[in-house]
Amino acid sequence: MKLAKQTKSLLLKVVVPVTFILLWELLSRANLISSALLPAPSSIIAAMIDWIFGTTGLVESNSGQWLVDAGNSALRVLIGYSIATVTAIVMGILIGWWKPIEQLVEPTIQMLRPIPPVAWIPLAIIWFGIADKPAIFLVFLAAFFPILVNTIHGVKSVDKNLVRAGGMMGANQWHTLRYVILPAALPNIMAGMRIGIGAAWMLTVTAEMVAVNSGLGYVLWDSYYFLRYDLVIASMISIGLLGFLTDFAIKKAMHALLPWQRGASIESI
Amino acid sequence: MAFLEINQVDKIFKDAKRGTQVQALQDISVTIEENEFVCLLGGSGCGKSTLLNLIAGFEKPTIGEIMMNGKKIEKMGADRGMVFQQPTLMPWLTVQKNIAFHLKLKRASRQKKKEEAQKYIDMVGLTGFEKHYPHELSGGMSQRVGIARALLQNPSLILMDEPFAALDPFTKLEMQEELARIWQKNKRTIIFVTHSVEEALMLGTKVIVLSKRPGRINKIINLEMDRPRDSTSPIFNRYKREILTLIEKNEEPLLEEDSMHQVI
Ligand SMILES: Nc1ncnc2c1ncn2[C@@H]1O[C@H](COP(=O)(O)OP(=O)(O)OP(=O)(O)O)[C@@H](O)[C@H]1O
Ligand SMILES: [Mg+2]
Repeated sequence: MKLAKQTKSLLLKVVVPVTFILLWELLSRANLISSALLPAPSSIIAAMIDWIFGTTGLVESNSGQWLVDAGNSALRVLIGYSIATVTAIVMGILIGWWKPIEQLVEPTIQMLRPIPPVAWIPLAIIWFGIADKPAIFLVFLAAFFPILVNTIHGVKSVDKNLVRAGGMMGANQWHTLRYVILPAALPNIMAGMRIGIGAAWMLTVTAEMVAVNSGLGYVLWDSYYFLRYDLVIASMISIGLLGFLTDFAIKKAMHALLPWQRGASIESI
Repeated sequence: MAFLEINQVDKIFKDAKRGTQVQALQDISVTIEENEFVCLLGGSGCGKSTLLNLIAGFEKPTIGEIMMNGKKIEKMGADRGMVFQQPTLMPWLTVQKNIAFHLKLKRASRQKKKEEAQKYIDMVGLTGFEKHYPHELSGGMSQRVGIARALLQNPSLILMDEPFAALDPFTKLEMQEELARIWQKNKRTIIFVTHSVEEALMLGTKVIVLSKRPGRINKIINLEMDRPRDSTSPIFNRYKREILTLIEKNEEPLLEEDSMHQVI
C-alpha cells in the first residue's frame, strides 16, 4: 500500500521532465530542432559520458577530465564558502550583540552589500591575477553577505528573557554567546548559509568563465567558443547537479543540527 | 542581618522619546528571612514584576538598594533562581538538558548532569519526557521544567513571576499543591508574584500586598495556617476578607491621586 503510494508520487515527479526530454529527442531526430542550435539529449549524454569516463574521445581534450574540472570548481566553492561562513557568523554575532561594534561597521557593510559580487571581477583579477584566488575571493564575497545579514538578524531577534534565563543560571558573556545566542540564532544562520551556497556556485562559474583557466565554468565558456554545445549543456547539467548536491548536504546538516525545529514549523507538515 | 533586605527602593522608568517618566515603585522596604514563602500580591501594573526584576538583578533601583546576605545585588547570578511567567526554556534543548543547563555551564560530568536532572524531572512529575523538546510539551509541563531548572540550581532564593497565570484551573491547583509540597520538603526562600488572593493564601507564609501606581507596600500579613491549606476553611476566608477589604479601601480614595502619580 505504502509502496504503491511512493511509486505514484515518484511517477508524478518525473512525468514532466521525461516527457520533455522525449519530445526534445524526437524533434531533434526529425530535424525540427537544428543540432547547431540545440544538440539532442542523446548526444549530450554521449558527450557527458566521454567527459566523465574518457571512453570515446568524443569531447577531445576534455575526454575523461570531468572529475578534475568538477573538483576544481568544488574546491573553490568549498574554500571561499568556508571562509565566508566562519567570518560572517563570528562578525554577525559580534555586530548583533554589541551596539558599539554595530555602529562602527554597519554603515560600511550597508555600503558594500548592494554591490553585486560580479562587479568585483576586475578588481579581483587585478589583485589576485588569473588563478584560484580571484575565484575564491568572489565566492567569499557572494556567500559572506547573506550569511552575515541573516546572522545579525538571528542574534537580534533572540528573546531577551532567554538571555536573562541563562544569566540567572550562571552564564557569563562567553557562555551567553556560545550557549544561548548562537543556538538561538542557528536557524537564521543556516537559512543564510543556504542562500550563500547558491550564490557561491554562481560566482565560481562566473569567475571561471572570465578569470580562471579551469573548472566547470571554464569548460562551459571554452566549449561555447568551439561551438561544442553538447559540452556546454553537459557543463550546465554538471553545475546544476553539484549545486543541488551541496544545497542538499546543507539541508541535511540543518536537519541534524536543528532537531528541535522538526515539527515546530509548518514546513514539516 | 536579614537574609534579604529591600531598603527604601524607588524605581522610575524614564522614557526619553516621549519625555515622560513612570514611577513603578515607591519607598519599598521589606526584610525577608530564610525559608519564607513570600507572596507579592497586587493588581496589574502595580510593579510586582519590576520589584522581582530588581531582586533578580535584571535592572537596578533608581533609589535605594537591595541586599542579599549583606551583599548588594547588582547583577544576575546563579545564587537566585528565576521562574518566568512564560516558561522561557531553551527551545533547542531537551527537557533533560534544559534542566541541567546550570550544570553544563559549571562543566559538570555527563553522568552528574544526567543524574541530577533526573532527580528533578522525577520531582516535578515529568518522568518519561526527558528527551522531549519544549515545543512538544504542554504549557503546564513547560512550567514544570522551568521550576525544575530553578530547583536544580539549588539557589538560596527562588523568584517566581506569576508562573501559573497561564494555566487552566485544574493544572493550576495541581501545580500549587506540588510547589507547596516541594517547598515543605526542601525548604528555601521563595518570592512568588501573583495577582490572585487565593493563590497567595494557598502558598505563602507571608503576603505583601502592594498598592497601585506608584507601587507601594500596603500591608504585610503573616499567615498562620496549617498545610495543606483548605480554601473553604474559616481562617482562609478570614484572611481573604481582610485582604480584599484592604484592596478595596486602597482603590477608592486613591483614585485621583493615582492618575496624578502615574506621570510625574
Ligand atoms: N521597562 C519598562 N519601561 C517603562 N515602564 C515600565 C517598564 N517596565 C514596567 N514599566 C511600568 O511600570 C509599571 C509596573 O509594571 P510591572 O510590569 O512591574 O507591573 P506588574 O505588577 O508586574 O503587572 P502585571 O500583573 O500586569 O504583570 C507599569 O506602569 C509599567 O508601565
Ligand atoms: Mg508582571
